Amino acid sequence: MSEPAHHPHDDTAPGDDHEVDVAAGVRGYLIGLAIAALLTVASFWAVGTHLIWGPGVGVALAVLAIAQMGVHLVFFLHITTGPDNTNNTLALAFGVLIVALVVGGSLWIMANLNHNMLPMPQMTDLHTQR
Amino acid sequence: MTATAPADARHPGHDPHVLGRHGGGHPPPAPGSDGGPASKRIIVGYGFWLFLLSDIIMFSAIFAAYAVLQGATAGGPDGRRLFSLSNAAIETGCLLLSSFTCGLASIAATAKNQLWTQIALLVTGLLGFAFLSLELHEFADMVAKGAGPQRSAFLSAFFALVGCHGLHVSVGLLWLGTMMAQFYAKGFRADILRRMLCFSLFWHALDIIWVAILTIVYLMGAGR
Repeated sequence: MSEPAHHPHDDTAPGDDHEVDVAAGVRGYLIGLAIAALLTVASFWAVGTHLIWGPGVGVALAVLAIAQMGVHLVFFLHITTGPDNTNNTLALAFGVLIVALVVGGSLWIMANLNHNMLPMPQMTDLHTQR
Repeated sequence: MTATAPADARHPGHDPHVLGRHGGGHPPPAPGSDGGPASKRIIVGYGFWLFLLSDIIMFSAIFAAYAVLQGATAGGPDGRRLFSLSNAAIETGCLLLSSFTCGLASIAATAKNQLWTQIALLVTGLLGFAFLSLELHEFADMVAKGAGPQRSAFLSAFFALVGCHGLHVSVGLLWLGTMMAQFYAKGFRADILRRMLCFSLFWHALDIIWVAILTIVYLMGAGR
């Protein structure tokens, strides 16, 4: 993650970490693995526990999942916020925007359709959500 | 890539974020020069990153379909009756560990260590294969119980989403075998190392998609 001193602002390909030091590279992956494993265990715990208020479990799972994706991006794919990574981060930001539009928009419009649908006995089974 | 083009014709401005300000592939230019085109490694990595993002966008459409059809079980079994969390936990462990060993493989390849590169890639492949066989076993189990993709819209969406991820893992395994053969036969040439960069990006991205599948399909479906 540290760059050669004479070369402070070169670009970085995604996945590149400029590590020549094997030990430091392995340490980075180990840290990522440990945090990711911790978050995974926490997700499974959140499903099984009764300590979290029922409807809050989904929110907890979503937060844990997004945190884990962040860990993967930083420690495994080496996407950082440094100036050498701006192009990678901007592409990622645009991808996240499209994903949010597709998923959020689909859920929104389908919920609306279900809400406005006339109750038809044979159709309710197909379109009722939960 | 006309790497010999005069540097000043390329980037006359002072945009600090433009690709290849320092003309990556060549020895670092003297301080103060504004470089040429980016190195091939950076271009290849960036292009593959764009492909991965578009792949993720394709997955997001399937995720949206699954989320919309989650409740449309048509009187058939729902996730709570079908999914086994312990199976999903083992699958997650396999994929996470294989992502880790894939990282080790790319470190070993950067260090040009043939033995450790091959070992790490082999472990990655075995873990990926374990994941795939667990998933196929789960699919076969569900089909045998009469919960195949034609049973309900929910199950169609389930098989499309998880099956598409499994298909990506299968392609990744093929690619992994090719990488092992190429490292063995051709050594640590720059073009082979670029392919390794793309492969590790691909494999890590599959793990990210699996995190979303685990959360949305298995944890939210079975634990609700």
